[in-house]
Amino acid sequence: MNWDSLANVAFALGCAPFLMGVINRTKAIFAGRQGQPLLQTYYEIWRLLHKGAVYSKTTSWFFRAGPLAGLAITVLVLFLIPFGRVPAVVSFQGDFIFIVYLLGLMRMMTVLAALDTGSSFEGMGASRELQFSAIAEVALVFALSTLAWKAGTLSISEIFTKVTPDLWRTEGGILSLLGVAILLVFLAENARVPIDDPNTHLELTMIHEVMVLDHSGPDFAMILYSSALKLWILGTFLLEVLLPFQVGNFWLDHASFIFAMFALAVLVGIIESSMARLRLIFVPRFLMGAVIFALLAFLLGLR
Amino acid sequence: MVLFLAAIAVLLLSSFGAFVSHKSPRLATGLGVTGAVLGCSLGIAAAIRGLLVHSPESISLAWTIPYGSFSLQLDALSSLFLILIFTISGLGSIYGAEYFAPHAKTRPLGSTWAFYNILIASMALVVTARNGVLFLMVWEIMALSSFFLVIFDRERDRVRHAGLIYLVATHLGTAFLLTFFIIAGSHAQSLDFDRFESVLGTLPPASSGLLFVLALIGFGSKAGFMPFHVWLPEAHPVAPSHVSALMSGVMIKTGIYGLIRTLTFLGEPSPWWGLSLVTIGIISTIGGILFAVPQHDLKRLLAYSSVENIGIIGLGLGLALIGAAHGSSIIFALGLAGAIFHVINHSVYKSLLFLGAGAILHTTGTLQLDRMGGLIKRSPYLALAFFIGVLAICGLPPLNGMASEFLIYMGSLNGGMPLKAISPIPFIGIIIALSFAGGLAMIAFTSAFGTVFLGTPRTETTANAHAPGWLLQGPIAFLAFLTIALGFLSPWVFKGILSLLRRVSFSSIPSQDFANAAAAAERTAMEPLLHLTGGGIALFVFLAILVWARRKLLSGRSATETVTWDCGFMHPNERMQYTSSSFQQPTREFFHMFLRSKRSRPVIVSHFPMASEFSTETRDVFLEHGYQRFFSWIERSVSVFRTFQHGRMQIYVLYVLVTLIFLLVWLLGLPT
Repeated sequence: MNWDSLANVAFALGCAPFLMGVINRTKAIFAGRQGQPLLQTYYEIWRLLHKGAVYSKTTSWFFRAGPLAGLAITVLVLFLIPFGRVPAVVSFQGDFIFIVYLLGLMRMMTVLAALDTGSSFEGMGASRELQFSAIAEVALVFALSTLAWKAGTLSISEIFTKVTPDLWRTEGGILSLLGVAILLVFLAENARVPIDDPNTHLELTMIHEVMVLDHSGPDFAMILYSSALKLWILGTFLLEVLLPFQVGNFWLDHASFIFAMFALAVLVGIIESSMARLRLIFVPRFLMGAVIFALLAFLLGLR
Repeated sequence: MVLFLAAIAVLLLSSFGAFVSHKSPRLATGLGVTGAVLGCSLGIAAAIRGLLVHSPESISLAWTIPYGSFSLQLDALSSLFLILIFTISGLGSIYGAEYFAPHAKTRPLGSTWAFYNILIASMALVVTARNGVLFLMVWEIMALSSFFLVIFDRERDRVRHAGLIYLVATHLGTAFLLTFFIIAGSHAQSLDFDRFESVLGTLPPASSGLLFVLALIGFGSKAGFMPFHVWLPEAHPVAPSHVSALMSGVMIKTGIYGLIRTLTFLGEPSPWWGLSLVTIGIISTIGGILFAVPQHDLKRLLAYSSVENIGIIGLGLGLALIGAAHGSSIIFALGLAGAIFHVINHSVYKSLLFLGAGAILHTTGTLQLDRMGGLIKRSPYLALAFFIGVLAICGLPPLNGMASEFLIYMGSLNGGMPLKAISPIPFIGIIIALSFAGGLAMIAFTSAFGTVFLGTPRTETTANAHAPGWLLQGPIAFLAFLTIALGFLSPWVFKGILSLLRRVSFSSIPSQDFANAAAAAERTAMEPLLHLTGGGIALFVFLAILVWARRKLLSGRSATETVTWDCGFMHPNERMQYTSSSFQQPTREFFHMFLRSKRSRPVIVSHFPMASEFSTETRDVFLEHGYQRFFSWIERSVSVFRTFQHGRMQIYVLYVLVTLIFLLVWLLGLPT
């Protein structure tokens, strides 16, 4: 363990909610509005942390455990992912499988908390979330395994140090296909357009937001924070593939990587402004697309 | 060995005792349970001794049956399976004492307990037998005693039908095993396993390939590989729950034992062995869990999930065979250790879930998911234990299901590394099957757990359900504890499995090579497993901090309770909840091509529609479109012979007369 790696965790914990602000500001600019402040998510988390809570009479401890488990898991995952070329705090062979399964555990706890309310809306969201994630998970594992084989190592921190400009020169095709696959998973898992629309207020059309309808107060603050962290985590996966450069200076590298993360947030904002949400029956096909991109990368890698 | 024989003797004696005291259900139950618990404790002691001593104990007595000898051996592999068999059976018998109690008046409990204890003894003998004749005999006793347990509820049509399917399926499998032993015996000139070990390793590839296929089908149909799985979703739901636990938890594992034991005899595997096992594994893993998703009956869902888990074990074994065929012994060791670890894990958590399902049936009187709900309020401990089982079976960290799947992932990922010169296609197949099955398992089990335990009760009987008694909950709690322990101690379990495998001699791999491979596998996978355990502990620490933080935040503030938010609707009721059918609907529709669920939906014709209903049923595609068609084709083709058999006595006498005259003429006509 070294201090540079711990700094990764600190950066993520500090900057993740800012991504939400960047996305919202981008969308506001596209819509010709002034938009909410960039720090809006921080304000909201702060406000919610100071509120009381309302629980449904139907619920049991699962409802109360969901948000806590979600936050605990995302924070644990932050210790396992690299940032730029700085390795993770803890890294071991096969750690990316563990990360994917931890995110699966988070999903399960969120879904059970949703079902605990007995609300049909939340059941609807839960059902969709699981169906879509089952396919997204395949795409992610497929893409990361292919990348691991290309890099010749099974630890995510080492895999990403092997993604260098040289590798892009020789295997650019594979890396860009993998990048597309991970981008599609990134959009789906973070409940962004074109899979899910975080802005709509019609519960019937939502997936992630509708599962957390009943949460309030500090619980909801934790949900907001952990979904910001999840955006950061999956964003890291994407950027590690797409950005093979490093200067060698700690501050410069970190600054450029955080800047790239915000650029990714701008990209998400642009996608959300220029596309409509897909009809729900097309979402599995969209995600099968991600699997197929990973498959193409794998087949290219077989040469 | 004496301990083991004593265990078998206790089991058989108590079985006899229970049978003769059938007049008094109480005495029969007492004898059955005491015998089972005592026998299983003795057996566990014997098996632990078998794990610890280095040279396996054995016994061999001469027998009058041709080619037969009564030889048993307690080597490391047998001992491991024995521990599973005796643990699950012992817990099941305690559970059965309460589970059978309401049936004391209406069912013959004496013979049921007799068959239960015979089943335990026969399973124990199956994994220790060292002679083909003895093996087939106890294999058959195991099949028959479990058949009689399956049809416990024999008045119901569905139960008898399921029993019949089981009986036919198991004997079809046995037919392949019979062929296997005949061919193997003719090569070895004996049916003793000791001879098999020395002779079968040197067979030409064609002969050993044939033996492999016969063993794969014969043992695979007991284990429940798809497409030989059709009896599982029929027999498991109708059997008494602790019998389902025993069958799904350990009896189907005797098929896996048989397969592994066969692989120790057969020599160098050809590359196609591993590929075919991986293919079957992928089909079982994905197919099994895909069919689990749309089920409405909790135990049928669990039965299909057993097919999935057997598929995962098959993936591990296939991985091992591919490794062995390509001389990569580290993949061999990782695959085999992963498969055996998964055998242990599945025995524990699947028994937990089946016993849990039985407890649910006991309290609510139904297994139909869509009739339940909110059971967590009535039996919180059962909910917690079932939840632990669900987490484990979905392979989620930090429990044991993750650990064994992780080993198989590690084997596949290492196998696919570019320098290893093996085609990575089977490895990526394994990886995709594991991750996809994980996602689908999550759909199936959150749907089941959510509709049974969460929300509000959907029917009156569920609302008034009582918590199950302690004899039901005790074994469940113990299994939940085992699940957690196996999860957090996974690095040491893995180490134990490797040291155990070192003592099993594979004729294809020299023991020195295997020792090196095991050491390499330990170097590769030990550190990651330790990290998984560490991650699990860290997760609990974070959770504890967050629980404390929320309590601190909410102290002194209002935390009120109200109804669930339904867009301002103030009177949500239980019928507005999502049911498991609605929960599965998107997945069922997406995979309709494979599942072929039958839907009956209301047709609205008038302006004022009457009460109507909607239902779906997903039957087994292999049973409906494969086996049933095949068997009805046989029925049609042999019905030609009906002309000769129509039950008229006079004509039969005529047949006899004609035959006699023919024989007489033939005899006289022969030149002397």
